[in-house]
Amino acid sequence: MQKLIQWIDERLPIVEAWEKHLSKYYAPKNFNFWYMFGSLSIVVLVNQLLTGVWLTMSYVPTAEGAFASVEYIMRDVEFGWLIRYLHSTGASAFFVVVYLHMFRGLMYGSYKKPRELVWIFGMTIYLALMAEAFLGYLLPWGQMSYWGAQVIVSLFGAIPVVGEDLAQWIRGDYLISGITLNRFFALHVIALPIVLLGLVVMHILALHEVGSNNPDGVEIKKNKDANGIPKDGIPFHPYYTVHDIVALVIFLFVFCTVVFYFPEMGGYFLEKPNFEPANPLKTPNHIAPVWYFTPFYAMLRAITYPFFGVDAKFWGVVVMGGAIAILFVLPWLDRSPVKSMRYKGWMSKVWLLIFAVSFVILGVCGALPADAQPSWLAPLCTALYFAYFVLMPFYTRMESTKPVPERVTG
Amino acid sequence: MKNIIFALFALLSSSVVFASGANVHLDHVKVDIHDKEAMQSGLQLFTNYCMGCHSLKYSRFERVADDLGIPHELYQQNLIFGGEKIGELMTIPMAPKSAAAWFGAAPPDLSLVARLRGTDWLYSYMRGFYKDESRPWGVNNVVFKDVGMPHVLAGLQGLCATPPAIGVKAEVDPISGNVVGGSACKSFVSEGTMKPEEYDRAMKNLVTFLAYVAEPSRFQAEAVAPYVLIFLLVLFVFAFLLNREYWKDVH
Repeated sequence: MQKLIQWIDERLPIVEAWEKHLSKYYAPKNFNFWYMFGSLSIVVLVNQLLTGVWLTMSYVPTAEGAFASVEYIMRDVEFGWLIRYLHSTGASAFFVVVYLHMFRGLMYGSYKKPRELVWIFGMTIYLALMAEAFLGYLLPWGQMSYWGAQVIVSLFGAIPVVGEDLAQWIRGDYLISGITLNRFFALHVIALPIVLLGLVVMHILALHEVGSNNPDGVEIKKNKDANGIPKDGIPFHPYYTVHDIVALVIFLFVFCTVVFYFPEMGGYFLEKPNFEPANPLKTPNHIAPVWYFTPFYAMLRAITYPFFGVDAKFWGVVVMGGAIAILFVLPWLDRSPVKSMRYKGWMSKVWLLIFAVSFVILGVCGALPADAQPSWLAPLCTALYFAYFVLMPFYTRMESTKPVPERVTG
Repeated sequence: MKNIIFALFALLSSSVVFASGANVHLDHVKVDIHDKEAMQSGLQLFTNYCMGCHSLKYSRFERVADDLGIPHELYQQNLIFGGEKIGELMTIPMAPKSAAAWFGAAPPDLSLVARLRGTDWLYSYMRGFYKDESRPWGVNNVVFKDVGMPHVLAGLQGLCATPPAIGVKAEVDPISGNVVGGSACKSFVSEGTMKPEEYDRAMKNLVTFLAYVAEPSRFQAEAVAPYVLIFLLVLFVFAFLLNREYWKDVH
């Protein structure tokens, strides 16, 4: 074995890579609960890739065959039901872990210098993941697949002048059709997975270049021992691998419980109208996106006034796009001298809470029909969502921060 | 914070009401897909009364026979009328185009109807027919207004003269001692061969069968799940101990 490793290592630097990224990658020793979602999202990504490959073996990407082929997988393919539920539940699980992972970043200032690129790659992953989820949702060719895609693609039509042509170019047809299904399939199974994998590699390489942040926001590289090893650092392997295995087992327990017993999750993971094949002539009376898109959908609907005489829908699209775009510049909005919420002032804490609550309320609003909620709620939460970012340069500078310790605290 | 949580729950629960459709109240039915007898009886009803028009085209005869504990030969002789082989899909010969001409809309495939509409809806719908001469088939339905389907089971249930009170709890009026509300039909235009309780039970069986056929993999999932979850519990113990062993000397 040793000889084999040596033989390979003389031709490919596997030992060096192993040491750089695992056995000699020094991570702060004070990671907490919030630090398990990064490795969990890799696990979910691998789950999506593997189950996706097996689904592709039996799936038929045509308007005539798609819905039936999913039922064929569910009923006739050996363990097809399991593969399909792992994939459908995995999609939701992906967003659960990614949202928690991002919230961790907001809480402990993981986006701040020198980790701006880590954050930007992460945000790009999030963007690619949303595209991937949207494209994949059309594939079962159920009613909600169809009408959800119809609504979202038609959003491009709200762009002045070129909009309608752009939407038609995306669909490849005058309305969502088998042609759209075919191209969405190609993008879902080939193009975006490649992009995602590439971005994940960049995200991790950038992270390992600058080193991980921690709940104290202390740079552990500033305190090194005689051998050049950070005093507060421990090798990722074995310490965090054994840590993450515990987290993984807990995660899998919850995940499998959903897969086996609640794959529909009350209509939030698998929406009920999607048990009916797509019908271009019959619009469902309530079109709701899957839960992970509902906050942005609520923002889209929150804008009802045609500013400057341009259709309100266009401004809705602008706000929705802006809500995601503004996350990219977050590293330059935060002017606080400290990273972690532990040492920031009360204003940062209150704004983070307002942001998180607004996001959750927007999620609920987006899942409900427009007439089943107070009309001021979604606009208010949209305003608060943006206020968190827009006011950040001011409140992070104004507030008084607590002194950051030299070394990490337990 | 408590108020926010409460508001969220209030919002969520209102969504449940909306999801069930245009303010239609439904009767609740408790279905148990492990009750094979109920499903066999439901399958019998479905084959004899529903399958003329409604297919189960994603399901196979053989799978249903095996899951419901019906010997293949018995199934072939009594529940397959078109000479199909037992391994075939449960399709019907009626062409959707002609069906659409006859009924206004082609009768939908019912493989997934229990997951689409829910069992309460189906149970209520099957007991919601009443006489309405303004409709082409002389019947209407309180759960699905102006439905294109005739009351195929009128021979069993009878035909109700007035809209039955679906989704209204039966209560004894304290003054008169009469039963008020309840879903049972008050007066029949024509009597059926079943008593109201018998018909309700038959519909429960039918809905149980439809719930099964919408997701036959439920049986496999329930069979595999305990092993997976117990394995994970055991694995957790080892993972936990391993983690503790490594972290002992980190201070």
